[in-house]
Amino acid sequence: MTKNIGSARPRDDVRLLLDGRGTYLDDVPVTGALHVAFLRSPHAHADIAKIATAAAAALPGVVRVVTASDLAAICHGWGSSQTFPGLVERRQTALAATRAVYQGQPVAAVAAETRAIAEDGVEAIEVDWRPLPEMAALDHALEPGAAPAHGDLASNLAYSGTIGANIDPAIWKEAAHVLEESFIFHRVTGVPLETRGVVASYLPADGSLTVYQSHTAPHQLRSLYAMHLGLDEGRIHVVTPQVGGSFGVKIHLYPDEIATCAIARLIGRPVKFIADRLESFTADIHAREQRVRARVALGADGRFLAWQVDCLLGMGAFSTHPGSSVQEGDETVRLAATPYRVDAFAGRVDVAFQNKTIVGQYRGVGHPMASAVTEYMVDRSAEALGVLPEELRRRNYVPDDAYPTTSASGLPLDALSHRKCLDEILRLMDMPALRLAQAAFRAKGVYRGIGLSAFIERTATNVPVNAHVRKATAQDGVTLHIDPSGSVRAAITVTEQGQGTHTAIAQVIADALGVPFERVTVISGDSAATPYGSGIRASRGAPVGGELALKAGRALRRNVLAAAATLLQVAPDDLTLDNGTILRRGGGRGVRLDELAEAVHFRPQLFQHGAQPNLSVAMHFGHDWPTLVPTNGIQASYLEVDARTGMVRLLHHWAVDDFGTLINPLLAAEQVRGGIAQGIGQALYEELLYSEDGQLTNATLADYLLPKASDLPDITVGHVETPWPHSELGAKGAGEAGTTGALGAVLTAVNDALRPLGAKITEMPMTPERILRALGKI
Amino acid sequence: MKPRPFKLIRVDSAEGASEALARHGEEARILAGGQSLVPMMNFRVAAPAVLVDINACTGLGGITRTGDIIRLGALTRHRETATSTLVADALPLLAMAMPHVGHLAICNRGTFGGSLAHADPAAELPACALLLDGSVVIGSLRGERRVAAADFFRGLYTTAIEPDELLLAVEFQARRPNAVFAFHELARRHGDFALAGIAASAIRVGEMLGDIAFVGFGIADRPVLLPSVARLAAGALPRLPQIAALKEALAADVEILPDNQQSPAMKAHIVAELILDALGQLSRKGTA
Ligand SMILES: Cc1cc2nc3c(=O)[nH]c(=O)nc-3n(C[C@H](O)[C@H](O)[C@H](O)COP(=O)(O)OP(=O)(O)OC[C@H]3O[C@@H](n4cnc5c(N)ncnc54)[C@H](O)[C@@H]3O)c2cc1C
Repeated sequence: MTKNIGSARPRDDVRLLLDGRGTYLDDVPVTGALHVAFLRSPHAHADIAKIATAAAAALPGVVRVVTASDLAAICHGWGSSQTFPGLVERRQTALAATRAVYQGQPVAAVAAETRAIAEDGVEAIEVDWRPLPEMAALDHALEPGAAPAHGDLASNLAYSGTIGANIDPAIWKEAAHVLEESFIFHRVTGVPLETRGVVASYLPADGSLTVYQSHTAPHQLRSLYAMHLGLDEGRIHVVTPQVGGSFGVKIHLYPDEIATCAIARLIGRPVKFIADRLESFTADIHAREQRVRARVALGADGRFLAWQVDCLLGMGAFSTHPGSSVQEGDETVRLAATPYRVDAFAGRVDVAFQNKTIVGQYRGVGHPMASAVTEYMVDRSAEALGVLPEELRRRNYVPDDAYPTTSASGLPLDALSHRKCLDEILRLMDMPALRLAQAAFRAKGVYRGIGLSAFIERTATNVPVNAHVRKATAQDGVTLHIDPSGSVRAAITVTEQGQGTHTAIAQVIADALGVPFERVTVISGDSAATPYGSGIRASRGAPVGGELALKAGRALRRNVLAAAATLLQVAPDDLTLDNGTILRRGGGRGVRLDELAEAVHFRPQLFQHGAQPNLSVAMHFGHDWPTLVPTNGIQASYLEVDARTGMVRLLHHWAVDDFGTLINPLLAAEQVRGGIAQGIGQALYEELLYSEDGQLTNATLADYLLPKASDLPDITVGHVETPWPHSELGAKGAGEAGTTGALGAVLTAVNDALRPLGAKITEMPMTPERILRALGKI
Repeated sequence: MKPRPFKLIRVDSAEGASEALARHGEEARILAGGQSLVPMMNFRVAAPAVLVDINACTGLGGITRTGDIIRLGALTRHRETATSTLVADALPLLAMAMPHVGHLAICNRGTFGGSLAHADPAAELPACALLLDGSVVIGSLRGERRVAAADFFRGLYTTAIEPDELLLAVEFQARRPNAVFAFHELARRHGDFALAGIAASAIRVGEMLGDIAFVGFGIADRPVLLPSVARLAAGALPRLPQIAALKEALAADVEILPDNQQSPAMKAHIVAELILDALGQLSRKGTA
């Protein structure tokens, strides 16, 4: 049997994209489209006393200037989804009407012949702003007397929840060691290479809306636009063309995107909005602004008697839509300490309103902080006990054979492999040799650090409790067709943003059906071409989409064999299909799939009377697994801290992950590497810098420091395969693991380097200035 | 991120540029490599009504030597400066600085004149021009004049160039015998503007260093000479001064300004460390 599952194939669209022949949003041809530019609030918090649009409207080339009152009748606004009961909600409208509550919030829009004219129009709009006291700094958000982020709030506390159980106070007294630490994580954002964008066209003639959008979930958008614009969902067509990265940024729906569709409806002409980089920085979801306190009670034998982890999350002015901003803080706490046996766990999540951009789900959603905090505390514990960090990990891991189990924070977990992953990474690193090298450098006054960071990720969300409110994760669907040429077309709901979803899905179908990989074409991202279903989020493409593809491929195989059996006058069980050829088990003449397909489509007379062979399948799948799909892995970083300048030089990075059945080791490794780049970014470089009054001061790629290829170390990627036991395919989510483990690996490595200097650092990114302060040099 | 409408005038000579500038006055800006001006126009922080494009001008480019004078035309691309053997031999400080300037694509377009005229306080070339006591040649319909680098940089993005004037060239004295140089900067990522940097020169005779001079950049509103630091360093020879003493001398020379990522204290510390690196390099045999 040919095996495609498990083979390291490059993405099948790589050549197309490198040739510059991809169709990204800006390449979508739309005749007569107007360009929309937004006037965004320059203030973090201000009343809008008056908006004067006449000068803008009079500019040649400006077609329409739109404010909140123009859209009020078309689009009513929305609240937050109550996926976290008790979350305080404030309604949003596509354009702010009387008050802006964060810098970058869309206030008015100009539709014009060109983007440049639209921007001229935006400049010509006069707004009478009445600035209000703003709440930007998270550390002060919950203090009594803090300025409220919305005028009518009594407190900026948007949500508060507890996780785990109360810890018996006696434990803290009796523990051999109690370790305590505070962590500061600053705001970052996802920065996909292709910015967000929408092309929307409304036909008054038939009430249809066609939307092209750089997004991950076309059907979800359809449902949401129907809801927001009061349109018949059946008349909404959404296409997500080639998408140049998402990282979570493009799973949300933004006010500017809703406004663009509403403007298309308002003026009855196609309109196009493409965020420029400045807008992306101010208006894409932000993430990771957290303060975390961790406290660990340690027995003399190294046992974790108790963990307390509290998180304060800054969520910005609103909870993200759809879904909830709370999720990030909740995941940070819920996943803390989960790789380990912990006798007692208690956690708390507080979420604060701020006059800042909305915080949403960026690759890893809470998991990087969970891992960084946990692994830092584990290292401190090892230090307190005088054992090697890897030794304490090995001792305290939930053993690989102890699953399924439930974490002390209440998460059901299954099929994890911490010990195997640790053994594999130590082997890849050649840890004893590395430690010797480190010691030799230290003797010369060169401070090198080695850091480990294990983690658990929760992947593959499916049909959560208020899915109908969020329209976020639905049952997935696929249709498979075989053409007369014998080629297979799969139209599936999981989508492609550059990670290779299509290639992986094609590999699964090729094996399940029994055809060469090259015969399978995968289509996604078009609501008119695929069944209803979720798109991509939460690393669900392989575990959920892959499982669906496997089931559908097998169903189609049954159809193919039934058709061939009719043609060949044998029982279906006597036939096999492999590599595109149907053979009789006992030998004798078979038939090629293309011959069979040709016969089915064009020569029905070859089949016995009444037989209607069917070379298509439509299938749906909403997983009913006992949990989300947990994955685990471990990363290691080797680096050098220049104690004179505070600069960090990354020397090498390792990752070992358990993604269950590997559909494509190459694509999985690429996901890991790209994710690590983003995790390293959060650890050392990336930070959205806000002034006290809520102004973002580094909204360019020159000032917001993304690590570049030359800043990154070589990354060794290894795998452990523990198949997910609840599916036939056994695959788990792989998209976010890289980001999740890298933050903690670099954090623990930097601290390992600083240890002989008596310094520590727990604020990220660990900039040269913060490292010099930790060293007491400034 | 689209510029406001503007008129583009392409000129093919310095005279043509001067005429256009004289006609349009404050409304006009010169377009050289465009690597600083165009982004500012796209952000609409600069919105000239008229752009005078000098890229097709003859006689504004090129690196030439006349006796002891090395002349770099305003349109000399960074890449050309970086790869010039004339520069490497006669102006080794520039050769040391160039690898720190931008990325290749930027260096293929960015110009020497543009860098000086733009006067970014964190840029390398203004710092070098100051340390090397360069003479900036400026022209207009009113005639030609020369301004010493020390008088040329007037503040943040501000120079001695009047609205009707064009920077024509910069002239430097070729390296004196025994002159040694050092150039050090710290940038978060390769190719970024420095968060602080130091250009240094001295005369080395045998083991002895004399005439030590330092210019710091990325620390104030323009590149600054650091005479107190130089005195301290000279006094400490053959040993290196202490970091704390360096920071004190630095404070006497310049009030360090923060940028949006780094505090003055951070910059002072980095400059002090870079000065030590520079002194180490100046005293080392076999260096330029
Ligand atoms: C991502 C990036 C990184 C960079 N990194 C660095 C770096 O590390 N170090 C560094 O030094 N630079 C850096 N630069 C800037 C680059 O070196 C610029 O090219 C340079 O500063 C300006 O030169 P230009 O020829 O592009 O000038 P332009 O952008 O064309 O002009 C800049 C200004 O100078 C004026 N001007 C230009 N030429 C003349 C003239 N002959 N007479 C009068 N006025 C004139 C213009 O009117 C304008 O005001 C970077 C740029 C980018 C985009």
